[in-house]
Amino acid sequence: MRTAQLLEIRNIEKRFGGLTALADVSLTIRQGEIYGLIGPNGAGKTTLFNVLTGLYVPDRGEFEFDGANLVGLKPYRVAESGIARTFQNIRLFGNMSAMENVMVGRHVRTRAGAIGAILRTRRTRDEEAAIRSRSRELLAYVGISQHAGALSRNLSYGDQRRLEIARALATEPKLLALDEPAAGMNATETAELRRLLEKIRSDGVTILLIEHDVKLVMGLCDRVAVLDYGRKIAEGKPAQVQKDPEVIRAYLGGALP
Amino acid sequence: MTGWIARLEQLRTHQAAPWLGVALIVLTLFILPFVLASVGTAWVRITNLAILFALLSLGLNIVVGFAGLLDLGYIAFYAVGAYCYALLASPHFGLHLPFWIILPIGAAVACVFGVLLGAPTLKLRGDYLAIVTLGFGEIVRVFLNNLSQPVNITNGPQGVTLIDPFRIGKIDFSRTDDLFGLAFSGPIKYYYLLLAVLVVAIVINLRQQNSRLGRAWVAIREDEVAAQAMGINTRNVKLLAFAMGASFGGVAGGIFAATQGFISPESFVFVESIMVLSMVVLGGMGNVWGVVLGAILLSFVPEILRYTVEPAQKAVFGRLLIEPEVIRMLLFGLALVLMMLYRPAGLWPSSRRKRELSETDQS
Amino acid sequence: MEIFLQQLINGLTLGSVYAIVALGYTMVYGIVQLINFAHGEVVMVGAMVALSVISALAGSVLPPLVIVFAGILCAVPVCMAVGFVMERVAYRPLRGAPRLAPLITAIGISIILQQVAMIVWSRNPLGFPQIIDNPVFEIAGAHISAVQIVIILGSLLMMAGLTLLVFRTRLGIAMRATSENPQIAGLMGINVNRVISATFVIGAGLGAVAGVMVGTYYGIAHYTMGSLLGMKAFSAAVLGGIGNLAGAMLGGIMLGVVEALGAGYIGEIMDLCHISGISDALAVRCAQDGHFVLFGSNYQDVIAFLVLIAVLVFRPSGLLGERVSDRA
Repeated sequence: MRTAQLLEIRNIEKRFGGLTALADVSLTIRQGEIYGLIGPNGAGKTTLFNVLTGLYVPDRGEFEFDGANLVGLKPYRVAESGIARTFQNIRLFGNMSAMENVMVGRHVRTRAGAIGAILRTRRTRDEEAAIRSRSRELLAYVGISQHAGALSRNLSYGDQRRLEIARALATEPKLLALDEPAAGMNATETAELRRLLEKIRSDGVTILLIEHDVKLVMGLCDRVAVLDYGRKIAEGKPAQVQKDPEVIRAYLGGALP
Repeated sequence: MTGWIARLEQLRTHQAAPWLGVALIVLTLFILPFVLASVGTAWVRITNLAILFALLSLGLNIVVGFAGLLDLGYIAFYAVGAYCYALLASPHFGLHLPFWIILPIGAAVACVFGVLLGAPTLKLRGDYLAIVTLGFGEIVRVFLNNLSQPVNITNGPQGVTLIDPFRIGKIDFSRTDDLFGLAFSGPIKYYYLLLAVLVVAIVINLRQQNSRLGRAWVAIREDEVAAQAMGINTRNVKLLAFAMGASFGGVAGGIFAATQGFISPESFVFVESIMVLSMVVLGGMGNVWGVVLGAILLSFVPEILRYTVEPAQKAVFGRLLIEPEVIRMLLFGLALVLMMLYRPAGLWPSSRRKRELSETDQS
Repeated sequence: MEIFLQQLINGLTLGSVYAIVALGYTMVYGIVQLINFAHGEVVMVGAMVALSVISALAGSVLPPLVIVFAGILCAVPVCMAVGFVMERVAYRPLRGAPRLAPLITAIGISIILQQVAMIVWSRNPLGFPQIIDNPVFEIAGAHISAVQIVIILGSLLMMAGLTLLVFRTRLGIAMRATSENPQIAGLMGINVNRVISATFVIGAGLGAVAGVMVGTYYGIAHYTMGSLLGMKAFSAAVLGGIGNLAGAMLGGIMLGVVEALGAGYIGEIMDLCHISGISDALAVRCAQDGHFVLFGSNYQDVIAFLVLIAVLVFRPSGLLGERVSDRA
């Protein structure tokens, strides 16, 4: 049975001056899957993320997310429509506590305004309480409750990655886009991350994953696309892609493990 | 000895202690103007001006301290509020509206100015924004100076005179009333009014700080890209900070016009913006109590200087070498430089700003 | 047409000064991404020092030209010293701190310089001694004075000199490398601290000359003269594209011309008597006074700010600038 598609990327092209970072990239992500995006350094993976989340405007092409066209939307509108992301080089709010970071993630799903805060209306107080309890839940969900009060910049690397995921989940995304979440993690941490991602998926969030850790990608993803020099050179089940001769060539002729 | 300490400790931890403290503070603040008035009415006026500057500092604190936007033309909003009041309550146009109508108008007009300035410029980087706001402050002043022709709106450099004082029913803030055997002079009445407004301003600041919006401001200050990715409409949220800060300035300006009875463009020069900024920086950007402290310190120290340095110089050198006004300005300049170099988070820093500004490698 | 030519000449003169001051802003910005807020004050100090020296020597046997040169020769090193100390004390310790911090110290420094200048010189505007003959030439009905010619030519000369320095000398290469990437420049064996100091010092030296020029041109100097001039020069730097030397020169001259032409024509453009038909009251006023000027030349100082805001909103990278993105 084919599941419904959540995101369709069609013919995206992005150039920086003379450099074509993305050339005619198309791919489709289905509801509820974990979709991997791999490729050598500089293949355009992060550029695709940035285009997808509204940081860059593509030169050509479009993407349809959950039935709506997102091209040209500001990043905050993209977040509003249900795509949340993490960053390759972690971008937490360093001087806010872990808890506060997640609370900021609730911003887009809450309403309280300046007047409400000044008058401390019943609604504002209730909403604030809801933000807190939901944030606490999310910290527990990713397994860093014990650090709720710590400044996010003082957390360990692995915990910072988890916190970024919790913060992204706080926006109630339909699609969670993770940019190299396992980078810099040791084997134990990676294994924990894998369990966490599986849990997130089973709770109904679709995941788009950029990752260098090929083992993680192959074991976790339902489908994988390979980018090389801004082009999609392969797409399919991990086992198939692994055997694709062009993919092997892209990785400097070396066979994938 | 130990028994005494224990008793003190007991008192401190006693349930009623916080209330006792509050009651003491309230009592002190209530008596203060009468004590000051016995020294000289001038000191009540100075105190009023200090509270006015505290109000301004709290407004600027929202912009600079919370949202991290350096506004160097803040005094323009003060000017807008003051001229709103002056034009709507003076013989200049023959209008004499009551203050409780004008103050909200002043706040709203200042707010509109804030949005007009902010909307096109808030996407700019911090240092550009600083220059643009500085320019805006100057533009407003040039207009105030020149809008006496061809139609006389602001009365130019002469300013507006005979501005109405506040009136609530029969209570006129320019006259002295006797109540319970106490002489409530004009400045004393303004003192209480200002104190009330200050309390409201502090509450607004504190509540804003710990709200959804307050968190969004900090998030933007920390990392604008990440904040956007989290669904924060950074432009609107910054604009809101700008507008709120501006309306604080508008209200303060209105009260200023009423207490002085006379305003002219000269009261709204660039240096005044710097003064308010110094207060915020000295007290600690983002810390509500620190900012109030900074405002009070920088308002009083120059006055104290006036009463000490001037006679001291005359006694020692036989004449006035350096005017107190100059010392005051040097003090502002030094406060800005030294605070940034040695205590970047202010005398009374907010815990968050302290962490942030102590970071050395974050460019 | 005469007005146009006259305002063009005035604009070119003023614009050359703006350009020289703008170079100081743009050089510093190019290297440390910092708006040196106190640069305008350095210009003021230059004017004041020169004024003192020229006044002191005015009665002497020295020929007037030598006296003026002596003024410049004293103003330049003093300003260079001010620039050097300023960078050391107020900016260097804050390198790498959040952007707000050096901006605030810069404002503090500028206030301190103003007040010190006021104590040293005067609270009141000082007359700049006019010791050289200033013959006025006529071109097509417009007037140009010797001082104006000297200012324009002198500025061009300084611009050429700076360009040579930046593109032909070892220091220039080091400066350009540092502005591209200070870390890498450091790794390549460039003494980044010394380059930054040199940049401040050179900018301040140019500022000193600009100060003497403005003082001579207007005939007065005042301790607050630096702030407005600095603001305008900064606007010019942004107009041309901050960080870009050619941009600062172009921006300065353009801003000067726009300002002068604006001042020359705004009164005419904003005279509502052209359309006095729209209201009877207006017609009466026009019949009485002959004009009903909404905004006259007294709004001249606003022009630079409007240009600044317009540039920042519509083309933040300026006319020649390319660096737009925030260094993340």
